[in-house]
Amino acid sequence: MRDHRKIIYTVVTVLMAMSPLFLNKYWLDVLNNVGLYAILGLSLNIIVGHAGLFNLGHAAFYAVGAYTAAILNTRFNIPVLWLLPLCALSAALFAAIVMRPIIHLRGDYLCIVTIGLGEIVRIALINDVFGITGGANGIFGIDRPSILGISIRRPHEFFYLIWGFVAVSVFFFHRLENSRFGRALNYLREDEVAAEGSGINVAHYKLACFVIGAAWAGMVGDVFASKMTIISPESFSFWESVLLFTLILLGGSASIPGVILGAFLIVGLPEVFRGIANARMLIFGGAMIAMMIFRTEGILPPRPRRYALSDDSSEESRA
Amino acid sequence: MSMLRIKNLTKRFGGVMAVNDVSFDVDTGSIMGLIGPNGAGKTTVFNLITGIYRPDQGEIFFDEKSIVNLLTHSIISLGIARTFQTIRLFQNLSVLENVLAGCHSRMKSGSLRAMLRTPFQRGEEATAIAKAVQALAFVGLRRNAEQLAKNLSYGNQRLLEIARALATEPRLLILDEPAGGMNEQETTNLITLIRKIRDQGTTILLIEHDMSLVMRVCENIVVLDYGAKISEGTAETVKNDPLVIEAYLGTDEE
Repeated sequence: MRDHRKIIYTVVTVLMAMSPLFLNKYWLDVLNNVGLYAILGLSLNIIVGHAGLFNLGHAAFYAVGAYTAAILNTRFNIPVLWLLPLCALSAALFAAIVMRPIIHLRGDYLCIVTIGLGEIVRIALINDVFGITGGANGIFGIDRPSILGISIRRPHEFFYLIWGFVAVSVFFFHRLENSRFGRALNYLREDEVAAEGSGINVAHYKLACFVIGAAWAGMVGDVFASKMTIISPESFSFWESVLLFTLILLGGSASIPGVILGAFLIVGLPEVFRGIANARMLIFGGAMIAMMIFRTEGILPPRPRRYALSDDSSEESRA
Repeated sequence: MSMLRIKNLTKRFGGVMAVNDVSFDVDTGSIMGLIGPNGAGKTTVFNLITGIYRPDQGEIFFDEKSIVNLLTHSIISLGIARTFQTIRLFQNLSVLENVLAGCHSRMKSGSLRAMLRTPFQRGEEATAIAKAVQALAFVGLRRNAEQLAKNLSYGNQRLLEIARALATEPRLLILDEPAGGMNEQETTNLITLIRKIRDQGTTILLIEHDMSLVMRVCENIVVLDYGAKISEGTAETVKNDPLVIEAYLGTDEE
């Protein structure tokens, strides 16, 4: 089973790396969108999958990152890729400030407040808050990213940028999951009282997972802004948050391969079935209902962590 | 010397006096029992000690330091660990991971170190795993390390709670009905285990309904009834105290 998965992952990775050779621009752009959603999904997965906190306002953090990039790039001409850390920082700071007073809310209550948060951000952007967000029209004329003087503008160039970012995200999130930090999130998901009673600062970890998730979403916002060169509030609607939430549930909560598969299914499949566009939502809804009944843990649920238990070993975990 | 000192502790829930002006000391290196009929306020006392509730009045000193306004996780890291009356394990995680939760407060690596996987972080993980395995071996669950916690038998789940508490390296271990749901054989093994823990230098405070266990293992016993302390002393003293007999068996008039 384990080796099966390894072979499949390798084949998929190789296929993905070579796909610019045999896919046209349109399909590469679809893959680019899938990649962006995959990273966003991974960043939300820390919150929803690992810590079990319902967040239906993730688009807010994504928006903060995107607007930070757009404003700083168009006003001060700072190259967008240099803005990555700043976008992460602004989204993280925003999350830390707005989540702090509400982080103790449980389950549905937190969920409702995050919906509100997402809407407040979107409406604030439409209303041209501080006179810098460009109102409903948004901000245009954002630079393309460039690496070592090479401007990235065509789909296959973006493909490597975005999927490189996916690979980096997988690398870091995999490590994060298999650590004291990742376990702490799982403990508080399973039983908050027992987690606190075992010496885990529950409030701190709840906030920390939002901050990390937001930082990552902020960086995706930067890449998104430079890919589109124009951003407007409608790119960060409630619907985006819902898509991210469902792709996690569909693919497999707390599972990195699950989230990426979810991104393919939620973002990629509708493009495949453009021909029956009118029935797409019907099929989508039906699939979600079927999932909730027959496979509640998602298509690719997480596998248990592995620990090296022999007493002389110093390796922590594998795969 | 007393490790834990409780002074005039009072807690009300609305009109109900859950704990009423209770004072007692837990001596370093002792095994102390807290008993009383149902609803006497025993678990409330535990929840007050571990910071789950705030007392309305009174003080709690651990090593002569007041711990009344601390959050639960800070109290744990000071060296008090507890188990729960109704088993509260992380059901869908492995037995080993449950114990690793106890190691958490003795570790330092945060998210950044985890992402970079620094040598310090790796070393710390390895130490924690070794420690967790040791705690599991201590309670006799080494073989079950990789099972899910929910697949353990009831008695073993209780033992796992103890292992998780021990992994926090406590100086005071608070056990809330550790023998609940255990059969005679398991209870006997539990008594051996409790003594073994004490012999390693951990002070123990326990609540128990199983009187035979309390009488066999506790050196000192505090009896609560309707939130108030009605008796304190050795098993012999408490057993013959008319107030205790009345609380448990009722008076002649009734």
